[in-house]
Formats: sequence, structure tokens, C-alpha cells
Amino acid sequence: MTAHDHHDVLGTLMRDSLDHCVKCTICETFCPVSNVTPLFPGPKYVGPQAERFRVPADESPDDSLDYCSGCGICTQVCPQGVHIAEINTQARAKLRERTGFKLRDRIIARPDLTGRLGTPAAGLANRTLRSRPLRLVAERVLGIDHRAAVPSFAGRTFQAWAKGRTSPPAQRRVAYFHGCGANWYEPDSGQRTVELLEWLGCQVDVPRGQSCCGLPLQSNGMFGAARKYVRRMARALAPAARQGIDLVGTSTSCTLMLKREAREILGMDEDPDLRVVSDNMYDICEYLVMLHERGELRTDFRPLPLTVTYHAPCQQQGHGVGKPALDLMALVPGLRVIENDATCCGIAGTYGLKREKFDIAMDVGKGLFAQIGDARPDLAVCDSETCRWHIEQATGVKTVHPVEVLHRAAGLS
Amino acid sequence: MARLQADVLIIGGGATGAATAWDAALRGFDVVLVDRADLAEGTSGRFHGLLHSGGRYVVKDRVAAEECVAENAIVRRILPDAVEDTGGLFVTTPDDDPAYGDRFMEGCRAAGLPAEEIPVAEALRMEPRLNPGIQRAFTVPDGAIDVWKSVWSLAAGAAAHGARILTYHKVLDLHVGDGGVTGARVRNELTGEELDIEAGFTLNASGAWAAQIVHMAGIEGIGVIPGKGIMIAMNHRLVNTVVNRCTMPADGDILVPIRTVSAIGTTDIRAADPDEIPVTQQEVDQMLDGGERLVPGLRQARALRVWAGVRPLFQDDRSGPAAADTRDVSRGHAVVDHAERDGVRRLLTMSGGKLTTMRLMAQDLVDAMCRQLGDERPCRTEHERPPGHEDGRHMQIGDRLRRREATLRDEQLICECELIGRSRLEQTMQTRGTLNLDDVRRQLRLGMGPCQGGFCIYRATGILHGVERLDGEEASASLTSFLQERWKGVWPILYGDQLRQARLDDWIFQGLLDVEHLPEAAAVVPDEELSAS
Repeated sequence: MTAHDHHDVLGTLMRDSLDHCVKCTICETFCPVSNVTPLFPGPKYVGPQAERFRVPADESPDDSLDYCSGCGICTQVCPQGVHIAEINTQARAKLRERTGFKLRDRIIARPDLTGRLGTPAAGLANRTLRSRPLRLVAERVLGIDHRAAVPSFAGRTFQAWAKGRTSPPAQRRVAYFHGCGANWYEPDSGQRTVELLEWLGCQVDVPRGQSCCGLPLQSNGMFGAARKYVRRMARALAPAARQGIDLVGTSTSCTLMLKREAREILGMDEDPDLRVVSDNMYDICEYLVMLHERGELRTDFRPLPLTVTYHAPCQQQGHGVGKPALDLMALVPGLRVIENDATCCGIAGTYGLKREKFDIAMDVGKGLFAQIGDARPDLAVCDSETCRWHIEQATGVKTVHPVEVLHRAAGLS
Repeated sequence: MARLQADVLIIGGGATGAATAWDAALRGFDVVLVDRADLAEGTSGRFHGLLHSGGRYVVKDRVAAEECVAENAIVRRILPDAVEDTGGLFVTTPDDDPAYGDRFMEGCRAAGLPAEEIPVAEALRMEPRLNPGIQRAFTVPDGAIDVWKSVWSLAAGAAAHGARILTYHKVLDLHVGDGGVTGARVRNELTGEELDIEAGFTLNASGAWAAQIVHMAGIEGIGVIPGKGIMIAMNHRLVNTVVNRCTMPADGDILVPIRTVSAIGTTDIRAADPDEIPVTQQEVDQMLDGGERLVPGLRQARALRVWAGVRPLFQDDRSGPAAADTRDVSRGHAVVDHAERDGVRRLLTMSGGKLTTMRLMAQDLVDAMCRQLGDERPCRTEHERPPGHEDGRHMQIGDRLRRREATLRDEQLICECELIGRSRLEQTMQTRGTLNLDDVRRQLRLGMGPCQGGFCIYRATGILHGVERLDGEEASASLTSFLQERWKGVWPILYGDQLRQARLDDWIFQGLLDVEHLPEAAAVVPDEELSAS
């Protein structure tokens, strides 16, 4: 099945947005990738410009498009409303149809599968991932850069933990969308999320059957497989949403995927499960700030005499809700928060894992790493897991989700 | 006065003239071609880019249809790199009589045109933006043709066989003597120098201006009704197949994917003078309405530019009553033999015709000349390819993107919309030796994209300044004349996105560069003659 078969109305709308481009070049000024490498000709070039030279029947001839990291900053900054990143992602998928999918991309685009395989033998798997000689082999054979940060397998799953407990009944019910990151790699962070939500007076459901939202597949151009993942995830979450239970997620790129990207990029606007999921999906910081604005958020946090830096990842910015994590951390007495204003850490999901892109990812992140280094913080804070792993590896500063900070401030850890 | 001798003088550097130069040069004639402006700057350069399958004529004009069927195949063969094999659709919109489809198919069969009715659902799959209310759909072998590439290839081919191509040479007078035409006096419009051309034969391929030319030989009673057609280029390809409305030819019933744009055309309005063809708001609306019928939402899409061309529709006092509507004048072509008609030997005029049949028109014209000269030489254009078409590959929309990919990191991109790199631009400027950026535009599509020169023309002017060693005033004049030319085509469609673009361009040129106050440069203001009536 080709991308063209899904040439739906919304996809056409994304493409048509190229009509709004007045060539102002603001997107290129902000593009973190084209600013550090000549290999990527920039969002305006590969987006609204090159798109005029593409037709469904013709293969997309511009390999340089592949250097787009998919961070989506171009779409956010475009003052004319061109869906630059969406146009690029669709074109990239088409490009991949021609060039074929690398085994590497098939692997790194399925964190649920690697999680399922690695978890039972976590010790061995983690030793393998930390072994320099083996990583060098993996780099040669697969093209995964040996220096790139990869997560550890927790050896147990969040779902197994959640299965054995019942959330105390409360008036407010939320369903936790944990995705694959919390399930296989960071179950502790999933647990803390549940504990925090409960402390804040929510009854937390954990819908069964969640795996991966399909974002890494989408970023790697495997739209067909990505749609299957989205459908499965939407099916798992839709029953709660239909009951009027708010869906809350901690992985900001995955919440964005289900809110908007799958509909716009994968052309799944008509999927009824996805629609109800999208409409009820919140990034956790967005959700808690909303409660606070309504005066419904418990705020008796204990003082936390720490200095932290906060980096709002690109995908979090894609929500278009500002930086709610800053508002939340401002509620914590004694906490000194330094906001980073660098745009992107460079990893962009799976982009920086790739041998040919790792150096670019490091160059993109340079500004951010320097800001964090200069601040000498106790912790670095960031909403997205791949960004956290990358930042922590690059800076040596422990990097956590905002929930982690609130969990401590709530006296839960 | 400088003199020039040739076997054949061809007047007019449009598609017909260039094809005639190529034909005559291939037959071994010594050719001089003159045009008062640049190649394909008149009617040829002002059409929608449709390589007709013949479908448009099958019901109304059988001869024209049959000619198109044959020539479509030949043009694809001899000018492959100027043709994109888009294919075409004829669709019955909700406003059309589905029964016309039967007459259409019958006409196609009779003309030998390979048309096929396909299910509406399939047509919608091919072209998802098509009006979902269409009732019938037929496929035909329409194509898209780059007219500038075609004309320049033919002219280059002729030149390679010894032809001299004199652009910006205006005919002032025809020399008449010895019972016929013996040549012409022309003026170099750039230098003002005059030139006498002695020619054994003169071929008038000046299209809508043909009557003006034959007047110079004292010939009366021939009229060309300039049939004005306007076209609007939409910012990108709304369709990738040529879409025709399956009905009797009407206004705004063809949408052609040509290069990076889609062109909606056209009107057919009797104009008084081929040099006075203003675009009115009413015509623009008519086009957009027509486009909306084929592709709903076209009115919301971005229109880049509008232009008008004049069809050379002939009327001869000596052959029947004048048609009331220019649409009813045949789209076929005919050679007017002035020896027979007027007793003026060594002068032939090509009347009527259309771009798709340019090669056949040239063949007929040169054949008639050979007959009068008593020097029959066989035509070779049916199989010969001019330079640049050797590999036989059709052009594809992605070609420039593919080529650009190879030089991405090494070469400065000057025209971002049409992907023109610096070296190609410099090379073209050097070859042409022109100060007119509009000449460069026609060859490279410089400034023809969404920003309409907003971001490339100041760059191109700087490069021209260096390449041609212009002084500041000359460079300023090149810049402002290009801006004026672009403005003519932009302002009648200033709405939506293009309006925003025009404002940004305006800030650049007026705000930053203050182009209205450059030394000795003309002001950039809307041309009065284009005001909406």
C-alpha cells in the first residue's frame, strides 16, 4: 500500500497549506538541523518548495529530505500556517518507499517489540547495550551509532505493576496512557505518575493492551505499520474516553501523536476510536495546569531546595499549550527553575541514534547542553523520554520528567 | 545599411516560425528568422501548455482533431524533453449533458483518437480533487508541453543547420519587386540599427500580426481576428492529468498541469488589436468559476498569475462570411498563397493553427514554398530531433529537484521557487547576452514561481550586473522592467495568499530597496491599460 492510497481530504489540506508560503524563511532561521549541517537543505526547501515538484506517480528524488529530523519546529514557527513538518514527513515516507526500509529503522521504530524481547533477559540485554565492542558491531552491522544513548530494559513491566493494584476511588477519574516507554523502559516513572495523580485526588485507570503509539514508525516512514499501531492503541484507550474519562499521558510526543499527528500525517482523521481518543487526550502537565486554573489542583507541595533546568522538547511545543511544566514547577516552594531557551536537543526520537545522524544530533543539541552545563543544576527536566536519555548522556546531568519533581514535592519520594 | 542574404526569410519567432526555420534548414535552405521581440514571446508563450490529443475538436472540427491525433504522437517523438506525458481526462460535470459523451466517443473513433470511457470512481482515484459530481469520464492521450523549451530547441536545431535567428528585429517594410516579395527591411529593436534582408522567399509566420505584415506588400482583404484567451496559473498542481470539460468548447474548461503549476484556461473574446489585450475582473471570475466546476475549491487555492494571449484566427474577405464568434472560426490552419490570391509571388502566409500542429504547419508552409520554387525537397521533421532531445526521455515534474540534489551543497540557489542555480543562470545570461531578465525568465522560468520574483530578482539583477558588466542604471532598469512585467500578471488576481506575497515583495522592493527612486529607473506602478474595466 502506498502513501498515495491514503490520499485523503486532510492529507490534501496539509499539502495545500504550501499555498500559504511567502518564502519568508522564518522556518529556516529556526530549523535546528539546517543550522548545523549543509546536508539538510532546510524546511522551506524540502517542504513548500520541493513539494511543488512532487507528484504521486513520480518517486520523490530528493534524498536530502531524509536529514529532516521531524522535530516539527518549522510548523510551529511558520507565521503563514504552512504545515511544513507534515508535508516533509509525508514526503519522507514516500522517499522511504523508494529507498526501502533499513533493518535498523525497522528495529528502532518498534520500541514495543524490542521491549518485549529485551525485558525477560534484561540483564543480558543491558550488558549488551552497554558493551562498547558489541555496540561497535551494532554500528557496523545496523548503523546504530555506538555513542548514542539507548534506554535500559527495566526487567519488569509497568503493566505488571499496575495489574496488581487498584486505585482508590475518587470523584475525578483519569486513564493513564503510559505507552511503551513507561512500560518496558521506565516503569518507575509510570508508577510515580500514578502515585502523583492519586495524591492529587484522581482515580487512575490503566487501560490494558497499550503498546506503542506508532510514532517511531511514522517518523521512519513506515506509515502502514504505524497506522496499525495507532489503531490498536486507539482501541485500547477509546472505551475510557467514551465514558468521559480524561486520558493523560507522560510521553509528550506520544500524546501529540494521538492528539494530532496520526490524524494529520497518517491521514487517520476518520478513525472513530482515534477521534474520541484525540479529543480527550492531555499531556500530563497540560492537564494539571488546566486543573490548577480551575482551582482544582492540590498545591500543598513541600519545599524542594533544588536547582533544575527545564527544556521544553519540540514535540511538547507542538501541543501549542505553552510550557505548562514551568507553571507547575513554580508551585513548588524553594525550587529554582532555569528555563532553557535552546530549541532542540537533537535526538528527535530515533533520529540521533543513526550513525549518519548522530553527529548532527550532537551539534543540534550543543546550545542546550551548554546551557545545562553552565547552570550546574541538581537535575535537568524535560517531558520527552528520548530527549532525556540524550541530554543525560551528553551532559552527565540526571534528567527527569516534570512528574518526578512534583512527586518529590508531594513528599512521595 | 547592413545587408543580409538568405534563401528564406521567416517572419515570426513563435512556434510556427521556429518550426518552419527548423524544417527549412533541415531541407538545406539558408534561413533567416526575425522576430520583433524574443522567441515565443507572443501567442506561443501565452498559452496553457496543452499538447492536444485532439479530443477537444472531435465533435466540432474533425480536420483539426485528426491533425492533433497525428501531431501529438510526432511531437512526443521529436521533442520528448519538452513534453510531459500527463495523459488527459474529459469529464462530464453536473452542468453538462452526459449525452455529449456519446458524440465525443463517436468523434474520437472517427478521428482515430484512442479514448476510453472509465468509471467515475476510477477518474476520482486518478485525480482526487476532481468534482465528485462528474457523471462520465474519458481518458485521452493529452500531454503538457513546455513551449519555450520547444521553440528554443527548434531554433537551436535550425541554427545548427546554418539558420540565423534574429530576435528583437522588427520588420519595417517588405521589399516588393519583380512580381513578388524580395525581402524586408528590419530594425534591431535593441540598437536601433536597420538591416536589409534580401530573401529568395518570405514566409509569414507572424500569427495574429500576419495581416499587418502582408499590408506591407500592399495586400488587402485579409484580417486576423485576435481571439483573446486568458489563463490563470494556480500555485501548484491541483491535478496531474489534463482535465477537460466534456462539452462543446466553452470558457474555463481546461485545467493543464504544466511544470510546477496548473493552468486554467481559457476565454475566447474578440479583441480589436493583438497588442491591446487587457485582462478584466470579469474574465478572471469566469476562469475561476470554470475551474471550480472541474475542481471544487479552486477558488480557495492560490492563483499566481494571469495572462492573455491572442489566437491568430483568420478571416479572408474572399472566402465566405465572417463568423460571429471567434470560437466558430476553424482551429485548422491553411497556407495563404499570395501568388494565387494577390498575384504577389514569393510570399506565403500561415493562417490559423495551434501549437500542437506547429510541425505540420511548418511542413505545409515549406512544401508550398518548394512547389512555387519548383524545388521539391522532402520534409524531414517527422523523425528528426533537434538538439537536447537525444535521449528520448519525456520531461518529468521532479527533474529539477533531482538535478538540484546533485549540486545542493555546492551551488547557490537563486530562484528558490523554480530551483534555478547560479551557474545555470549565469550561463544563460552569457549565452543570451541580454539585459532583459524577462528573456532569461522564459528560458529558465526565472521568477515564475509563488513569489513571482520577490526573492530571486534582486539576486538575479546583481548577477546580471556582474556577468554583463552593467552600470548601476542599466541594472536598475533591468530590475524595474522585470518587476513591471510581473506586476501586470499579478495584480488582477490579487487575493488570498498571492496578495500576502505581493505585500511582502512590496516591502522588499519598495521598503528595503526603494525601487521607485532608483536612478533613471521607471516607477513600479500598475499599468493603466490593465485596469479592470
